[in-house]
Amino acid sequence: MSAVLRGDRATEQVELFLIHEARLLDEARYDEWLALFTADAWYWVPSEPGQRSPYDTISLMYDDRRLLETRVRRLMSTQPHAQQPPSRTSRIVANATLEETAADGRALTVRSKLMMVEFRLDNQRIFAGTCTHRLVRADDSFRIAWKRVDLINSDSVLEGLVVPF
Amino acid sequence: MTDYSAAHLRELVQPGRVHRSLYTDPRIFELEMERIFERAWIYVGHESEVKAPGDYRTTRIGRKPLVMVRHQDGKIYVLHNQCAHRGTMVVAGERGNASEFRCCYHGWTYHTDGRLKAVSLPHGYPAHFDPKDPGIAMVQVRRVANYRGFVFASLADHGPSLEEFLGYMTTSFDDMVDRAPDGELEAAGGVFKHAYNANWKVYLENLCDAAHPIFVHQSSIAAAEQQSDSVYSDGSGEIAIRQMRQNGAPYSFWESQVGIWTYPNGHSFLGDYHDDAKLVAALNDPAFRQYITALETRKGTDETARILSVRRWNSNVYPNLSFMSQFQQLRVVHPIGLNRTVVYTYNFRLKGAPEKMFERTISFANIVNGTGSLVLTDDLETYNRIGIGLASGGAEWLEIGRGYTSDLADETGGRRGKNSTSEIYIRNMFDAWLGFMTDEQAQPVRRIEWPEQRAVSK
Ligand code: FES
Ligand SMILES: [Fe+2]
Repeated sequence: MSAVLRGDRATEQVELFLIHEARLLDEARYDEWLALFTADAWYWVPSEPGQRSPYDTISLMYDDRRLLETRVRRLMSTQPHAQQPPSRTSRIVANATLEETAADGRALTVRSKLMMVEFRLDNQRIFAGTCTHRLVRADDSFRIAWKRVDLINSDSVLEGLVVPF
Repeated sequence: MTDYSAAHLRELVQPGRVHRSLYTDPRIFELEMERIFERAWIYVGHESEVKAPGDYRTTRIGRKPLVMVRHQDGKIYVLHNQCAHRGTMVVAGERGNASEFRCCYHGWTYHTDGRLKAVSLPHGYPAHFDPKDPGIAMVQVRRVANYRGFVFASLADHGPSLEEFLGYMTTSFDDMVDRAPDGELEAAGGVFKHAYNANWKVYLENLCDAAHPIFVHQSSIAAAEQQSDSVYSDGSGEIAIRQMRQNGAPYSFWESQVGIWTYPNGHSFLGDYHDDAKLVAALNDPAFRQYITALETRKGTDETARILSVRRWNSNVYPNLSFMSQFQQLRVVHPIGLNRTVVYTYNFRLKGAPEKMFERTISFANIVNGTGSLVLTDDLETYNRIGIGLASGGAEWLEIGRGYTSDLADETGGRRGKNSTSEIYIRNMFDAWLGFMTDEQAQPVRRIEWPEQRAVSK
């Protein structure tokens, strides 16, 4: 992980972290991805643009830490039919900006853009959207306190979503 | 080429089996759109979606785009979403409020009950053109009916009333509405829209299928069973994991405790499944205690106990509606093409219940209906595989005979499986299917056709 932190500036550190996260997901290393999250983290893919809460409106995915662990375990070890054969994905994360930094510099909110292509069976799908990460400093890197992914087509007709964004 | 005469259609639905072509022949699909979707009562929306005059939502019957709208007279109308000038779809958005509808093409306008209001350049038309002609309008669907807030429309000019069509299934709607302390529901919380590449019929055929969870959902069952309960949850994960574990109930559970009931016109429900203590609203949940208090205050303790003792899982209203009264979820199956189906799912808030109860409804929706659910995604994968598998041209007949020889008459006027694993609800849908498909008239109230009454053709 320390290689991720070569950069001096916070934005560069954050960009490298996001690239690392995207790589773990592309390589289906979901257990290592899960390890990036804090013990009380949540992960959220809203069903509507600008959705304000995951509690009064449905979500494409809304996982507290317990459900996120179950989601990852299903992908890693219990062979969902919907991942036989597994998807292959290719992600680009870019345009990262620091939106807010805590006074002590230990926590920050980052906005970035995601382009993800998913291939499975004869189908290739493209997903695009905005990610917001709340990162907290831990050891020589970050942990994800929460992550929100706003797909531009979140309220569209969609086929099943299995691979996390 | 077959002409699909009534006699031929009857040969395709046999005791305990149906012919593959009912899922694979585009001519059958076209006939279904005409004879089933244009004759039956089809759910078009909930009255709470159009509370104020001018409120509208777009909807459909089969592939036909419609608008459900509340007019200035307070009544709900269902309109064909087609401009009377040259056919453009008039209302493009999903929902909103309008004082009139204006076509984007040449600006013809319509009152919110569909009557033509104004025509641009209204001169030089031949004699037949009368702007007051109800056929030169956003044409109204003539038969619209509301059962306790659930709005249905039928494109048939004649036929049974909505209540006759629903029959005993009205009790499932009653169950959903009665659970609201104030006696009213409100559609809320967003809409899932998921798609799959197979025939529309396979969706309802899965929703009362007690034999599938331990196979289809094995991945989420195992993942949930291995999940530690001491990991942090804000409550939403807990509900999801409990339901996933419940899906792993062995066949002995489905064969001893759960039942399947079916009724004329293709309707059915899976019953005696969850009690509230097991699931969404565990008895030690303070929100559920408050909810019971609210119900008891409004309805009394006896009626509250009666309401909470009703334990229905999916109630399926033929041809394309399924709802869970106990968990306030409702799904509408929209056939798009022979091998393409889109399902819209809705949630309802119980008016007068603590807001936390609606949070439970949302968490439950995410896991049972969510496009990114750990459960539903394996159902969708299965539907897609049905779509591909049926194209193979292998086994000619689909076997829907499980429980055929042990089905029973039920005192509520229907017929039920000996236990929940009977495929009686699929046979029952095909009885209705055959009734709609072979009747050239708008349908009468159909009696369920039982195996012993039907000649076996070879
Ligand atoms: S088509 Fe609607 S105004 Fe011409
Ligand atoms: Fe299922």
